[in-house]
Amino acid sequence: MKPPRFAYAAPESLEEALELLKEHGSEAKVLAGGQSLMPMLNLRLLKPAILVDINRLPGRDRIDEAEGMLRVGLLVRHRQAERSPLVRQSLPLLAEAVRQIGHPQIRNRGTLCGSVAHADPAAELPAVLAALGGQVVLRSAGGRRVLPADQFFLGFLTTALEPEEVVEELRLPVAPPRTGAAFLEFSRRAGDFALVGVAAQLAFDAAGRIAAAGLALTGVGGTPFKAASAEALLRGQAPSARLFAEAAERVREEVDPEADIHASAEYRRHLAQVLTRRALEAAWRRAGLEAA
Amino acid sequence: MAELLERKRITVRVNGREVEDEVEVRTTLADWLREGLGLTGTHLGCEHGVCGACTVLVDGQAVRSCLMLAVQADGTEVRTVEGLAGPEGQLHPVQQAFLEHHALQCGFCTPGFLMTAVAFLEENPEPDEPSIREALSGNICRCTGYQPIVEAVADAAGRLRAPARAAG
Repeated sequence: MKPPRFAYAAPESLEEALELLKEHGSEAKVLAGGQSLMPMLNLRLLKPAILVDINRLPGRDRIDEAEGMLRVGLLVRHRQAERSPLVRQSLPLLAEAVRQIGHPQIRNRGTLCGSVAHADPAAELPAVLAALGGQVVLRSAGGRRVLPADQFFLGFLTTALEPEEVVEELRLPVAPPRTGAAFLEFSRRAGDFALVGVAAQLAFDAAGRIAAAGLALTGVGGTPFKAASAEALLRGQAPSARLFAEAAERVREEVDPEADIHASAEYRRHLAQVLTRRALEAAWRRAGLEAA
Repeated sequence: MAELLERKRITVRVNGREVEDEVEVRTTLADWLREGLGLTGTHLGCEHGVCGACTVLVDGQAVRSCLMLAVQADGTEVRTVEGLAGPEGQLHPVQQAFLEHHALQCGFCTPGFLMTAVAFLEENPEPDEPSIREALSGNICRCTGYQPIVEAVADAAGRLRAPARAAG
């Protein structure tokens, strides 16, 4: 087993890479960490004429913070985000989610932007982007556009990314003070794609009420499920186990997962409810306001 | 504009030795190590990144060599299971621990487990059991001998710490 024949380029600037994509369009595929693309090539599910390897682009592996947003560059690998003190401090939800992606060997190579571009329906990062209202920066030779998560993820492995574009950066709002977050997922074996995962972040006001709630699920549809009505239910309320159970019940009613060989639709709904309740309780606990 | 290539010359430091070769660009790192260099200690199980048998170290980091192209290893330092034993053939402390704990049955998955464990212990000299299990979660043993593997890694951690203490 071996990838099909392709022509290979390893440009040393983003401009060069974008020129190649502009010239070859859907004939070309971008190779970043390769942890999703390489299996598809090895299994010959994909036969691109050209592979544009972006791993040698300089200076594209930066994580920084600007104007209240954490910005994750094109070549930031999961392992790097997992170990980043800035991520842990500014966005604990992302730090916890990244730790649950694949296995250490996968995280050493895989990139955050690549995972988002691939948009697996059971992946962690799309749910984080949806929960937080993050943005995806798309770049082509023609310019740059910034899409909110709900306009980027369109369906099963389908995004708004055009053939001549790359995901240049992810932008995620930094967690405000008095915030707690949790990313919980359930998989049959450690490191497998989750059956269902939940990204939850709760920000509290000075009185201890929920000022803002971000809640999204993975594994319950082709795109991340933004639990907007559960978020609305939580907003402005005093946190309690009962409130979280009610929000989880709302999520259970609204998700519409499909059955596959891994789990029935009913089991996925059950997981969505249980994990949502646990994630909200954990987020509350971690905000450290329970005693208040 | 960057050149489009079907073959490419690469220079890789493999187990401490600099190797130059010309490879077809679609050759995976695993296939190049095995077929190009004859280093057949790196095993291929699933060839799509699930089983971990092909784990090698690239610039010190454990990666699946079936999910990387040989051309991507150009300019890096690669370590395979053949690079673990000492010059006189003395086993690496992790290999010795696997031997003593019977941490292998058929042995097919062993090179991947060894390389994963070596990288893990270099970063985590004093791991607890849950973190060992987490570190090994990307490697599958179809003989299901996980318990002795976990014990061997815990024991190897002690062996690797001991010389450092003696030297200190």
